[in-house]
Amino acid sequence: MPLITTPNLPDADAGYAALIAVHDGLSEAESHALNARLILILMNQIGDPVIIAAALRLARETAPQ
Amino acid sequence: MTALVEQRYDLAFTLYPYARHPDQEAPPRRRQVVVVGGGPIGLAMALDLGRRGVPVLLLDDHEGVGVGSRAICFSKRTLEICDRLGAAGPMLDKGVMWNVGKVFHDNSLLYEFNLLPEDGHAYPAFINLQQPWFEKYLHDAIVAAQSAGAPIEIRGRNRVIGLTPANDHVLLDVATPDGTYQIRADWVIAADGARSPLRDMLGLSFEGRVFEDNFLIADVRMQADFPTERWFWFEPHFKSGASALLHKQPDGIWRIDFQLGWNIDRQAELAPERIRARVDAMLGPDIPYELVWTSIYTFQCRRMARFRHGRVLFAGDSAHQVSPFGARGANSGIQDTDNLGWKLAAVLAGQAPESLLDSYDSERVRAADENILNSSRATDFITPKSPVSKLFRNAVLALAATQPFARGLVNSGRLSQPCTYDGSALNGPDCADLPPRSRPGSPCPDAPLPGGWLLPRLQGFTLLAIDTDIPSDLSAHGIALNCLQLSGDAAPALRARYLGAAPAAVYLIRPDRHVAARWRTFDVAAITAALGRALGKE
Repeated sequence: MPLITTPNLPDADAGYAALIAVHDGLSEAESHALNARLILILMNQIGDPVIIAAALRLARETAPQ
Repeated sequence: MTALVEQRYDLAFTLYPYARHPDQEAPPRRRQVVVVGGGPIGLAMALDLGRRGVPVLLLDDHEGVGVGSRAICFSKRTLEICDRLGAAGPMLDKGVMWNVGKVFHDNSLLYEFNLLPEDGHAYPAFINLQQPWFEKYLHDAIVAAQSAGAPIEIRGRNRVIGLTPANDHVLLDVATPDGTYQIRADWVIAADGARSPLRDMLGLSFEGRVFEDNFLIADVRMQADFPTERWFWFEPHFKSGASALLHKQPDGIWRIDFQLGWNIDRQAELAPERIRARVDAMLGPDIPYELVWTSIYTFQCRRMARFRHGRVLFAGDSAHQVSPFGARGANSGIQDTDNLGWKLAAVLAGQAPESLLDSYDSERVRAADENILNSSRATDFITPKSPVSKLFRNAVLALAATQPFARGLVNSGRLSQPCTYDGSALNGPDCADLPPRSRPGSPCPDAPLPGGWLLPRLQGFTLLAIDTDIPSDLSAHGIALNCLQLSGDAAPALRARYLGAAPAAVYLIRPDRHVAARWRTFDVAAITAALGRALGKE
């Protein structure tokens, strides 16, 4: 299965709101730490090294110019 | 004139005091193999070659074994090799066996692991033993081998100060307390350590990554009721270092390691009161102890581009260097000697072409790369190189306290495993329905047999047949194979490790007890071809 780059969330707005809300009340350092834990949790969930490599590449390549 | 060979360190054991040799007065004498360096790798190399009947001269610029516990973790594979060399018994008797490791972050236990050594092996996964004892037992085995006629000679306080390669030999200039003399060596094995003077004499580079960190070793003698376990702290609550390690050695001595960081005052940190302050913070106020040995080390992960340079072969730290995390330094060097000994002996006996020695280079470079990869990854986890690297490291540690998946990411060193030489030019045919763990290139797993163990039965090139018939005598390429026919009925581990679900198998096994090739049935033509391949004739 390739990396999904088309919409895949059943409710995109709700998903995005949940991601923002989980940081409520955290300092910047705490938020960075949470993000790091979140990435590790999601990476383990995905498992497939090909998809993970494609996601890493995409994140690196899509930095604003 | 003694200034010619100044002594750089104190000795734990004086084993081969300098004695003037008639060669020093003669024109350059010819020697078949000269091993340079009397550390664990040089000693094991000389012992291996000598036991094969190869005349070997070992030159060391000291008169025995240096002080300091240094390498303390010796792996099962190392012990199996030392067993073949007749040196493992006392190592096992004196060494400390351990299986449990605990990993802490700050003041909490994140998790513990058990090496869970598989049943049915003669040797444990690891023993802890101070390096001087390891070297002394190798030297004891050399003395025993000499008594049995092995042509091994050791010259203490003989320092190689010049090396000139020629077509059919290497000319060595050797300094002694009585002046210099020369030796013509057919082959030279450079086991002269990480700072290898021989490597410099040949102008060869040794590049890799420097890790900007200092580690303090404090060996302490104490009566403590800590269990015999490996304890590792990330960011310990006692603040004695960015990480800390506690590990037991023989004789009531404990290895304590503190990570100090990069910009330190080395001399100030080595002051005993400064070290005691760190140890006190870790152990608490009520435990009396004595500082036995202290040292600060830094490390690099690097290797030579090639380990063979004509008639000079590099082995151990002179060829490759790793961080200590994973115990991959001395253990991999011993495996170098295991790989090189039989090959050099076969070339000298005219059983194999000189090009067989190129497979030493390719196989052990592969092993070095594996060790450097594992060691670099552990080091990057223990000493993160950037703020974001540290952010993820600490995220892993935070998750590991409660989440099993994160424990697999915690890396305080992946412990040394022998390399499988997948893809080696020496490998012959495989048979896909036999177990992957004993595929060509693999180190042979041990197995209990009625009345003993498998590995000691594998001597020289072995043809191992399980549950099928082979002749009791078979020779090819001038080599008489050690034909070993076994039954899987009374040896379930042998069956599991070498047959799997298959009813029978025939293995061709190299003298270093790596699998060369394997088949489901006996086929003399296939075996002859595979033996030729394992001897580098293809």
